[in-house]
Amino acid sequence: MSKFRKKGGSGDAPGINTASLPDIVFMLLFFFMVATRMREVTLQVKVTKPGATQSVKIASEDRNKIISVYVGQPTKANLYGSAPRMQLNDVIADVKDVGPFVLEEMNRLPEADRKKAFVSIKADEEISTGIITDIKEALRDVDALKIQYGTRKTAVLY
Amino acid sequence: MGRRSRKPLPEINSGSMADIAFLLLIFFLVTTTMDQEYGLPRELPRKVEEQIPPPPVKERNVLLVYVNRNNELLVNNEYGDVKTLKERVKTFIPNRTNRSDWPEKEAPEEYGEDGFTFVFQKSKGIVALQNDRLTTYKTYIEVQDVLTQAFNELRNELAKEKFGKSYDELSELAAKGQTDDIQEEANTKMQAIQKAIPMAISEAEPIKSK
Repeated sequence: MSKFRKKGGSGDAPGINTASLPDIVFMLLFFFMVATRMREVTLQVKVTKPGATQSVKIASEDRNKIISVYVGQPTKANLYGSAPRMQLNDVIADVKDVGPFVLEEMNRLPEADRKKAFVSIKADEEISTGIITDIKEALRDVDALKIQYGTRKTAVLY
Repeated sequence: MGRRSRKPLPEINSGSMADIAFLLLIFFLVTTTMDQEYGLPRELPRKVEEQIPPPPVKERNVLLVYVNRNNELLVNNEYGDVKTLKERVKTFIPNRTNRSDWPEKEAPEEYGEDGFTFVFQKSKGIVALQNDRLTTYKTYIEVQDVLTQAFNELRNELAKEKFGKSYDELSELAAKGQTDDIQEEANTKMQAIQKAIPMAISEAEPIKSK
């Protein structure tokens, strides 16, 4: 082994060249910039969407026409209790707030998109359907009839 | 000019470049999300005045699916199962054997336009989905999914029979067809199929539980 030792070498390993590190990191950065999009809200309710094989993907150009209603158990149980609640934008709200919220969001959209806008109910799979029914009734009251149950795409059910 | 050429510029130290890039990378990792938006689209029934009675629907045309609070299924007053529900809907709606207790059919009509037409007897059948307030949402979506699957498969079969391509293939073509003509054609065919087999799922209000 001594054959390979440098003459008069101190025995220290040479430093790793990090000159290409920025390139690698930039590559990762660009990947994430292209492949992801900004988070719209910080979820304050726990939402695990139920799986469905027939889920339809929403085209990226239709994303701005989604009005999201999140339903699930609040993560801060000491503030909001443990019963399922709904979240509209960044606020925990009640069923009576859904109608006005949807109308307000509709008004914010450009006029051409209003007819194509729809409400996406993103609810946790563990909750009971009662609250969903209340939301649907509230939506019928304000004539927002196009809805969608937010789901996960799964391959096979059985 | 003469002075510059004699003295070489010092190199910019790029040692901190990696730190800057990492910082940006972490920012993007935290503020963005990758999840795709998927869903089951539905149309809610319009709210009508109490005084106007709903249009009468013959009992034979309705397949009543009721999900109770224990997530059990009742299909036309018999115990049902999610696993067999799809086949049940697929045989019930088209009523190929013309059973007298299964849905009626409309008179033969021509569907489609621009030369892509076919004659078809549209079924009057609808699936009425009812749930208890305490039904688990997961089960509810599961049933919705199975019903959607049944209608999608009926559409696939009809499209295959009439146009030689399944409905899924047509929608693929309509979205990613190579020329505008192909997309247009697929769209016309899809609309014809949609008209012939509408997604007839009615979400009735739940039965009040005490």
